[in-house]
Amino acid sequence: MNPILRYEWGMIDQKTIQQIAKLSRLEVNDDQAQLFSEQMSIVLNYFEQISKVQTIGVEPMITPTEIENFWRDDLVVKENSSEDMLNNAPARTGNLFKVPPVVG
Amino acid sequence: MDLLKSSFKEITEAVQLKKMSAKEVTQFFLKRSEQIDKKLNSFVIMNEKAIQQAEQIDQKIAHGEVVGPLAGVPFGIKDMLCTKGLRTTAGSKILENFIPPYDSTVVKKLKNAGVVVLGKLNQDEFAMGSSNETSYFGPVKNPWDLTRVPGGSSGGSAAAQAARLTAGTIGTDTGGSIRQPASFCGIVGVKPTYGRVSRYGIIAYASSLDQAGPMVSSVEDAALCLEVICGHDQMDSTTSQKSVPPFSKNLNPNIKGMKIGLIKEFMSGGLDPDVQKTVQNAIDELKKMGAEIVEISISLTDQAVPVYYLVAASEASSNLARYDGVKYGHRAHFESLASLELDEFYSKTRGEGFGPEVQRRIMLGTYCLSSGYYDAYYNKAGQVRRLMKNQYDEAFQKCDVILSPVTTSPAFKIGDRISDPLAMYLNDIFTVSTNLAGLPGMSLPFGFSSEKLPIGIQLTSSHFDEQRMLNVALALENVSSAKGALPNV
Amino acid sequence: MSSATQTAFMKSLQQRGYEAVIGLEIHVQLKTQSKMFCADSTQFDAADNENTSPVSVGMPGTLPVVNKLAIEYSIKTGLALGCQIRSKSVFSRKNYFYPDLPKGYQISQYDLPICEKGKISFVVDGYEKTVGITRAHMEEDAGKSNHHGDCTLLNYNRAGIPLLEVVSEPDIRTPTEAAEYVRTIRQIARYLDVCDGNLEEGSLRCDCNVSVRKIGAPEFGTKVEIKNINSFRFVEKAIEYEIERQIDFVDRGEKIIQETRLYDPDKNRTFSMRKKEDAQDYRYFPDPDLQPIIVTAEMIQKLKSELPELPRARAERFKKEHGLPEHDAAVLTNEKELADYYEATAAVCKNHKASSNWIMTDVLRELNQAQKNILQCPIKAFDLGNLIQMIDGNTISGKIAKTVFVEMWKTGDAPDKIVKEKGLTQITDNSAIEKIIDDVLAQSAPQVADYRSGKTKLFGFFVGAVMKATKGQANPDLVNKLLQDKLNG
Repeated sequence: MNPILRYEWGMIDQKTIQQIAKLSRLEVNDDQAQLFSEQMSIVLNYFEQISKVQTIGVEPMITPTEIENFWRDDLVVKENSSEDMLNNAPARTGNLFKVPPVVG
Repeated sequence: MDLLKSSFKEITEAVQLKKMSAKEVTQFFLKRSEQIDKKLNSFVIMNEKAIQQAEQIDQKIAHGEVVGPLAGVPFGIKDMLCTKGLRTTAGSKILENFIPPYDSTVVKKLKNAGVVVLGKLNQDEFAMGSSNETSYFGPVKNPWDLTRVPGGSSGGSAAAQAARLTAGTIGTDTGGSIRQPASFCGIVGVKPTYGRVSRYGIIAYASSLDQAGPMVSSVEDAALCLEVICGHDQMDSTTSQKSVPPFSKNLNPNIKGMKIGLIKEFMSGGLDPDVQKTVQNAIDELKKMGAEIVEISISLTDQAVPVYYLVAASEASSNLARYDGVKYGHRAHFESLASLELDEFYSKTRGEGFGPEVQRRIMLGTYCLSSGYYDAYYNKAGQVRRLMKNQYDEAFQKCDVILSPVTTSPAFKIGDRISDPLAMYLNDIFTVSTNLAGLPGMSLPFGFSSEKLPIGIQLTSSHFDEQRMLNVALALENVSSAKGALPNV
Repeated sequence: MSSATQTAFMKSLQQRGYEAVIGLEIHVQLKTQSKMFCADSTQFDAADNENTSPVSVGMPGTLPVVNKLAIEYSIKTGLALGCQIRSKSVFSRKNYFYPDLPKGYQISQYDLPICEKGKISFVVDGYEKTVGITRAHMEEDAGKSNHHGDCTLLNYNRAGIPLLEVVSEPDIRTPTEAAEYVRTIRQIARYLDVCDGNLEEGSLRCDCNVSVRKIGAPEFGTKVEIKNINSFRFVEKAIEYEIERQIDFVDRGEKIIQETRLYDPDKNRTFSMRKKEDAQDYRYFPDPDLQPIIVTAEMIQKLKSELPELPRARAERFKKEHGLPEHDAAVLTNEKELADYYEATAAVCKNHKASSNWIMTDVLRELNQAQKNILQCPIKAFDLGNLIQMIDGNTISGKIAKTVFVEMWKTGDAPDKIVKEKGLTQITDNSAIEKIIDDVLAQSAPQVADYRSGKTKLFGFFVGAVMKATKGQANPDLVNKLLQDKLNG
């Protein structure tokens, strides 16, 4: 897949901000986009220094924990009612969560 | 009995020996909050059942039942930790009305140990901030100077504990969020080794960095609290299966012959003179006690802030995707769902629900993980992170505990840095490496600035070696000029 | 599709100068009691959101913990598909927003799947076909959306149910091969008892990637993904429709668009799903909440030793060792339980062909009529074996056995009990039969006279009369012999 954004350190224009905002599902107005664009440009520009660290062949560290397999046994546990799960729902119909109509 | 100065041990003993009821202890702290917290804004919500919980402990004791090691000790809990039936917000509008149907494992363990939950403590929104100014529920004030920040993100915990609105508090630390506010407010804050404490039920900011820990008034209290909250959890497969030592019993201030490491790169310029002086005092004291000071090098120190923010933001962008207005939390108001586009539903809800700093980090993380950027940002950061961890592993071949500043300066003024994200991020320079490497770290109050602001020092030890770090902390606490100091609020 | 129409379809394809390239992705729902990452039940017909918990609804702070059995089922399936099992595989997050996805990401495997590089062979239209398996990876299912005009309603009972996605190489060339491939995967999964293989209930789901190219063209055409195929018949129909649609397009000089299409079985056509404005960017990254899955050689060895004999090997053994014809072997091994039933029957009576005949005709006929499966068969294999043995041991005749079989089906009783109670035992006692013959002959004096005068055709009449008098229980061979003796003697 082609990157949707142009690769260049520290260059986050408003259009790019809007694209990222869309991917992040955040509504951002033009003023906010302008501000975010300036702030993120400064931040990423500073972060650019990591590109200078020699990392060929280094396995990325995902989490600091040493690997100790911990798997659960296949047992059913029920501690909550469906009501507990729906109590916080912004909208519901019966015991189902309600959202705008989704096509497909 | 002066509850402002009592240790956990003293409170529990008094309660168990019925010199004072858990209810009386709880009432004391609730009353103090009522009087003082208007100035601090450290609590987001009080627990209406606190008195009831305390009474239950008193009844147990009256019936001669066995109670836990923290029986009757009132705690404030950072609002990142889910509390069953008690609103949990992460300092965000998007969770303004969320009432969890479950307790986080830490809270469950504390309750089992006899802790009374006083309420939920204010924080930066989703723990993203170093000043507590990003909270949806307003900034917290530093009890030593109400015009200054208490630090963040566990600013509510630090302020409440410093002002003794609580006997103890729990904070969370992703890049310094326990240690930095502990330093700014003059309390003891411990971030345990990654994997020591269960993350189950703690609202996730950055999964590979988050860790909860005590923010309390003494090293002994910290050790006791750690004993209670540490340990493997079946609900969090990233918790270690290693056994938890009896930290408080093992506390030993004799540090003769211990090797204390100083990171060369941390000492080079940019440090506030008062901070510099406090660190030097600690070094001098340690030498006096027979410790050996060794210089070590973490040459990748400059990379710590970029690596931290790239990793944390990437993970956060995914962790915060669940706040979408479908199952719980804030949903934007719509006249009708019927003609609504799904994307608009999401974007409006999330755009309204998250504050600007959270939005910045979500976008930064989304960008770092997106197609074409993954290798240069997220993956690269993971590689540098590995190299940094290796440097720390090497350093701990040469020393037992590392001593360093917590921050470059004491607490700054509210509003000073909030509009400059990079300046705010760079504030975390001394604390983030510990999280990246998964090491245990803590902040211990060790002095005051010329403006009478607390200054802490940071101790770091190797993985799962909290004990040695606590021992050095105890030794220093015994000679600390800041020991037992209370702000005048 | 019958073999004849299949051939016709392929012929027309060839005449037009095209061949199809087909790859399949099959989601195998693993038959665990609890979900992939939490302890919710996986029961199919639970009430709305009954099988949910904070983890499966994606509540704040909740964490996934791997179901061990799901890992074992995945490895077993991988081994049965001839795959290599990775010693280290990784769960990644696939990030996208959709209401049926509670966390805003699906936990799946991306670049390091648990199984890879396998292949399976099967017989289709008399030739052997081998299809490569690219990979098989574990993931969690999404919830179920119920679409209404003015809203969509979400049920998360299915969210988090373990799936193994088996991805084939683009080795399949015809719709019939595709259907047979799906049948084979289903058969293997059922043999392993890791999936109930119910396409209609969605426990086996199949997406097809179809492209066409001119015969001999070196490169693949643009592929189209077809979703929503929930029966074997529809696999063939949907692919057939899609191939023709694409060839028509190419013939007209139009370009095939890479897209996802849904199959509508009522109209027997595929149609384009709503086009997304942007290409999806899933921002896969390793899930920091889950450790890599480490599989040891011992674990693989142990699971390998637990693998049942797979259908093809079993059919071969039935042919070679039991002397069964190809057709019998294929039918009997279609379902593991049926093959088990056959082997258990044959083990009792030691008559393979008779066991096969009884099962393939009588048992399957009755099961079909009653719409039952072999596990619900009222006749136990042990009893059927005994019935066959009673025939072979001359206790009852083959004809009586049919009556006994009907009785066994009705009552579930053992054959010897039925035979005894109904007095159906074959009479093999010479003197008893002789006595009956004497009676019959005495009552049929005119016919005896006729017979003796040369009307030897009347022999059958005497046999019939004797059998009638014994209610069919007399051993026919004995009756013949003794009658000959009496009449001719």
